[in-house]
Amino acid sequence: MSSIVKVNFLTKQFNQFTAVNDLSFTVEKGDVYGFLGQNGAGKSTTIRMMLTLITPTHGQIELFGYDLYKHRRDILQQIGAVIEKPDVYKYLSAYDNLQLFARLSGVNPTQKIIMDQLEMVGLADRAKDTVKTFSQGMKQRLGIAIALVHNPSLIMLDEPTNGLDPQGIADIRNLILQLSRDRKKTVIVSSHLLSEIEQIATRILIIDKGHKLVEGSAAELFDTTQTIVQLETTNNEQALQQLELSSWKTNLKPLRDGHILIQLDQQDIPHLNQFLVNQQIGVLSLQPRHSLEDYFLQITAGKQHVGTFTN
Amino acid sequence: MWVHLRIELYKIFRKPRTYLAFAAITALIVIIQIGLYVDGKEYTEFVMADFANSFAVDGKILNGYFICYVILQLLLIHVPLLIALIAADMISGEANMGTLRLLLTKPQSRTAIVTAKFLASVIYTLMLLIWIAILGLFVSTMIFGTDDLFIMKSSYVVIVKESDVFWRYTGAFCFAALAMITVASLGFFLSFFAENSIGPIVATMSVIIVCTILSTMNIPIFNVIKPYLFTTHMITWKEFFDFKVNDANEAIVGSIQYPERIIHSSIVLLIHILGFAGGAILLFRKKDILS
Repeated sequence: MSSIVKVNFLTKQFNQFTAVNDLSFTVEKGDVYGFLGQNGAGKSTTIRMMLTLITPTHGQIELFGYDLYKHRRDILQQIGAVIEKPDVYKYLSAYDNLQLFARLSGVNPTQKIIMDQLEMVGLADRAKDTVKTFSQGMKQRLGIAIALVHNPSLIMLDEPTNGLDPQGIADIRNLILQLSRDRKKTVIVSSHLLSEIEQIATRILIIDKGHKLVEGSAAELFDTTQTIVQLETTNNEQALQQLELSSWKTNLKPLRDGHILIQLDQQDIPHLNQFLVNQQIGVLSLQPRHSLEDYFLQITAGKQHVGTFTN
Repeated sequence: MWVHLRIELYKIFRKPRTYLAFAAITALIVIIQIGLYVDGKEYTEFVMADFANSFAVDGKILNGYFICYVILQLLLIHVPLLIALIAADMISGEANMGTLRLLLTKPQSRTAIVTAKFLASVIYTLMLLIWIAILGLFVSTMIFGTDDLFIMKSSYVVIVKESDVFWRYTGAFCFAALAMITVASLGFFLSFFAENSIGPIVATMSVIIVCTILSTMNIPIFNVIKPYLFTTHMITWKEFFDFKVNDANEAIVGSIQYPERIIHSSIVLLIHILGFAGGAILLFRKKDILS
């Protein structure tokens, strides 16, 4: 694997406020790199610095093996980006917007290529409509078409699911997976939506207040064989008493609403169910919790883990 | 650069706001033309009242050249607002729409992008002035005909021979273009500092109003700065209609009484244009795009 992105000690200060602080990470070719952090963590500032929209206070950014600021034009030629809201010219049609930004990207696409791009994001039938008539999801898809029209090898998506409905979120997720799997693109995607990152990212960087908390694959970041389930039964009090006498007694956490959290091996979930049934306790639900969410909340609250997991 | 310029012009002329300025100018000129066509005789009698006893006029005062002069005097006060609508929107409008960040992620130099934007606003300004010339000069001469140009100054009358008028209008429009490009440059410069269009448009007009007041007020403390204010020099186009006279007090055809004033004002305006546009380009190259 070769590194497409190398960021070293990147820092950005706005007057006295440090938005990004000595951030270093690498992105390998073919990665779907999840950039995770709460609002204001420094994700957008970092991505903007990687697109030369913001000048770093200090630090180096290398893309495709070259210094970004010395080879800006050649590097940007190979990047497609959607930064937060996919704002385009509202008084132009989807077709005209795509053509205009393609020319600025250094290509002069044929009508067929433009229509193929619009087809890929499901906007071919609205090609000639002005963008002011589009929904947020349609604008987001047009933004992605614009990012892809010059066939870049690296795609940066900053909060691509912002303002989208569940169907729109699923569409963007599938599109990212398709780009990675079928078109072999490297994708950097930032989000504060943990479940989205968890479903698509091959590697994850978590930052908080401009600092790197942790970087690695999902498997490296947390034990994927362990899971947390939320249990609801016909008699939660009795269930808790019985579980406290069982081998799961050290991994229990009763919740205020009476539900019980249990950390256990995934393969033990049927045994837990069987155990409760044997105790004449009816199981109403056994709901797995998102492990990344728990992990994220744990490290952003405690900030104990600072470092990089290595393969 | 040519690709950028074409794209910027394409964007300008796809905006409905652009045509608002052309429509406003058309409406203003047509209103003036209709008014003078219907009541022009009374208007000229009114403005000539002070001179009626001094000399008799042989010819047609209310001709196309006279109408154009009236239009120029009135419009050059209002045109800056119409220019500010576009020029002050060039950067701030894109920042407001969010398209600026998308634009700057493309593999193009910032200098080329911002220079193209400035040149596009200059071309728009020139097109507005050409439109004023077409309606104010050519259409007026078609409707009202041509004759010698009578200009009533505060204490004297200037009569320019019909054969000596057209080149003076050409010069006046060229100078007016320089003055209006200065306004466009100011709007463009102020556009850099805002992320919505209203602020720079209002700021541009405010600067022009304040500077115009300072230029026209006859207070000694302000006289020191007057020569440096662009508004002091914006009305120098009128110098094209003052000519030299010979010993017999006859007009010398093709002459300008104070050509050095025109040259001086042109230089001052050019310095302002270079300062505003150059400042915007230099600042834009280092600007952090946070919108």
